[in-house]
Amino acid sequence: MSYTAKTLLQGSRELIAFRIGDQEFCVNIMSVREIRGWTPATALPHSPGYMMGVINLRGAVLPILDLSARLGMKPAEPTARHVIIVAQVRTKVVGLLVDAVSDILTVTDENIQPTPEVSSDLERQFARGILAIEKRMICLIELEALFSETESEAA
Amino acid sequence: MDMNEIKEIFFQECEEQLAELESGLLKLNDGDRDPETVNAVFRAVHSIKGGAGAFGLDDLVAFAHVFETTLDCVRSNKLDPSPDVLKVMLKSADVLADLTNAARDGGSVDESRSRALVKELEALANGQAPSPSALAEAPAPAAPAPAPKAAAPAPTDESGFQPIPFTFDDEPTEELAVDKPLFEVIFKPRSDLYAKGNDAALLLRDLSRIGDMTVFCNTDSVPTLDKLDPEAAYFQWVISIGTDKGEEGIRTVFEFAEWDCDLQVKPLEEAVVNEDQPMVPVPFDLSVLDDEPAPAAAPQPAQSAAAETVAAAQTASQVMEAVNTAISAKAERAEKKESPAAAAAAAAAANAGGAAAGVAQTIRVDLDRVDRLINLVGELVINQAMLSQSVIENDNNGGASSINMGLEELQQLTREIQDSVMAIRAQPVKPVFQRMSRIVREIADMTGKSIRLITEGENTEVDKTVIDKLAEPLTHMIRNAVDHGVETPEKRAAIGKNPEGTVRLTAKHRSGRILIELADDGAGINRERVRQKAIDKELISPDANLSDEEIDNLIFLPGFSTAEKLSDISGRGVGMDVVKRSIQALGGRINISSKPGHGSVFTMSLPLTLAVLDGMVVTVAGQTLVVPQTAIVETLQPEAQNIHSFGANQRLISIRNSFCPLVDVGRILNFRATQANPVDGVALLVESEGGGQRALMVDAIQGQRQVVIKSLEANYTHVPGIAAATILGDGRVALILDVDAVVAASRGQSLKPEMAYASAG
Repeated sequence: MSYTAKTLLQGSRELIAFRIGDQEFCVNIMSVREIRGWTPATALPHSPGYMMGVINLRGAVLPILDLSARLGMKPAEPTARHVIIVAQVRTKVVGLLVDAVSDILTVTDENIQPTPEVSSDLERQFARGILAIEKRMICLIELEALFSETESEAA
Repeated sequence: MDMNEIKEIFFQECEEQLAELESGLLKLNDGDRDPETVNAVFRAVHSIKGGAGAFGLDDLVAFAHVFETTLDCVRSNKLDPSPDVLKVMLKSADVLADLTNAARDGGSVDESRSRALVKELEALANGQAPSPSALAEAPAPAAPAPAPKAAAPAPTDESGFQPIPFTFDDEPTEELAVDKPLFEVIFKPRSDLYAKGNDAALLLRDLSRIGDMTVFCNTDSVPTLDKLDPEAAYFQWVISIGTDKGEEGIRTVFEFAEWDCDLQVKPLEEAVVNEDQPMVPVPFDLSVLDDEPAPAAAPQPAQSAAAETVAAAQTASQVMEAVNTAISAKAERAEKKESPAAAAAAAAAANAGGAAAGVAQTIRVDLDRVDRLINLVGELVINQAMLSQSVIENDNNGGASSINMGLEELQQLTREIQDSVMAIRAQPVKPVFQRMSRIVREIADMTGKSIRLITEGENTEVDKTVIDKLAEPLTHMIRNAVDHGVETPEKRAAIGKNPEGTVRLTAKHRSGRILIELADDGAGINRERVRQKAIDKELISPDANLSDEEIDNLIFLPGFSTAEKLSDISGRGVGMDVVKRSIQALGGRINISSKPGHGSVFTMSLPLTLAVLDGMVVTVAGQTLVVPQTAIVETLQPEAQNIHSFGANQRLISIRNSFCPLVDVGRILNFRATQANPVDGVALLVESEGGGQRALMVDAIQGQRQVVIKSLEANYTHVPGIAAATILGDGRVALILDVDAVVAASRGQSLKPEMAYASAG
């Protein structure tokens, strides 16, 4: 996109932006392995509500996280139009269910504004800054934070 | 290949040699007097010594040397391998193993123990050793024990193995006397000798170490330059050498070049000939060398690094060949294997053996690579199943199309590939069993008991993961059997039993599983005491009415230990419950049967592999689950009249007049909010921990199939009540039920607590 083409500065990094409901988020592209369509997941007993279940990713058992529910928004009702962002978080590979992937952004640290002080715990926990790009607001999410929480809660 | 890698190979070989050593000694202990067994034992120690010398592991060399010396006395029939002698030797083998481990991993060994053993060994060797003068001639303890005919050249079978000395290689030269017997050696290398990395110059140098020599090089056959083949060998050396090592000593130098050169050794003096005559190589010993090239001498430290590499690599492959020949030969003789995997392995071994004229060719492969292959084959199986399913769904030809035929063949092929790949990981249980014999020895020593361990079916093969995890519970059980099971010799004698107790360890294949039995002929379980103890510890109520079998099984309860005094050996706070849990973690089951006064038998049944599992595919609340076949005793269709409510929300089902709690799997796993009506579903009667039975309610049975186990923990975490996952033919993930956890949950225990042992993936 236009913004991507504009900047190829040193020290820049690439982010993948995606949409959940009417909000936009982004994560570091380096942790994203692939993006794939939604397939029905096998439910896991005794798992937190945002845990959609597991799917078969070429032979590996991949847990799917409903990112919307995880961020405290309303649980997704997955359709064929939903996508799964397969991301590597530390040693594990997880799938994040989002509404759609919208953009690949190349940004430098200056583009990232600090997260405003808000009362929501979740925002504070996962948000690592916000970007203003072409009048859109995109929230940068820290996947590690997302996952360590999942782990300790589910264990 | 750098030095560390070579060293690693050496230690791997050491492990094999130590196993060989121990099994040989045990055979001798059983009265085997086959010279080949003695030779095998000797070779094992000798190879360790040789390798250790090359790496400068002096402790190991010194001990191995003394050991070797004593073994040599046995080999030359100067020392009778009586049970007492063998006891010392078995202990020495243990110390040798300790020293090897210490050399590998650092750490130290019990010095006093090894010193004491060195003394014992030396005493044994000297017991019938020759005159003191002969001893004095031998430099330090590091020389081979001089034979009775010490003045004469070394006896043939010893010299066959005489290492190229590495610790004192200069000494003989110092002792050189002018009046040593003279020999003429004609040495003509063939080009093969050079091709194999040998060097005539090095051989001559080695030869110079055993005596004073003059060398004449015959260059007559060197062609003119235009005809010269740069890779051919043209030189011939004529050496006259004065040595007291005799013809054999000279031939030893050329041991590894023997087949690649023309070698003539003849004595130059009449007198020497006579003296030497009886010592001419007996075909016996040389044939040994032919079959299994002596796992030879250490590479000379002085040699170039390249030569060392070659030598070490050769040693490695030779030793491996030798070991594997032995193993495969035994495997062929072993009982008929039932599992396809084992059969495939045996067939593979047989094929390989046949192809290479009786020598099984083997390679060492990184385990990761094998695991990767196994994973890929797992994918293949799943993919094949998915393909078949979609073809069947879209088939309007009644299953007769060529696609269908092709698919069927594909299915067979994939199954075969899977079996063969599994066979790669399959290993005989022998190493674990051999470790047990050491444990028996040590504990028997500590407790002053006399125990004989008999192992059977040690070539039974099972997946490496299973083997690795088997050692710990088995060790514990053996400890228990020796410490608690078998009585003291006095007690045994008093009740008319053989004072020597017997512990029998058996492995066999049975219906796709491996069955390991540990039987002792001790006192059996003291049911009265077990019962009392269980009551004291409030594990059962005092008025509980238990069958003998149920009482026996009480020893598997956590926190149960019957030994009245906690001994050093068993009763360290971990009991049979730990054994049971680790067996269960392997997807296995353990049972005990005991006859008072006659001993106890522990029977473990384990899956052959942890990669696949036979399961029953069931539907629960719209979800597809897999229940491990091994847990299921029977399936039944509940009828309304057999269902009885019990309390607020418990239900029992009556099966042949006994009542068994009904467990709704869907409810336990939280798939539904209320209990389903049992009459609408199917009950799976399962056996769980503690021998108790439960009827698990599922909605429907879809069928039985072998599934590939996939870990849930790899990308997620452990899920209570779920052992692992798998991928079914439709490509969807199905969860494998952890029956024991579900049953435990039905007993009112929460599904949440630690279930580290419950995972099978």
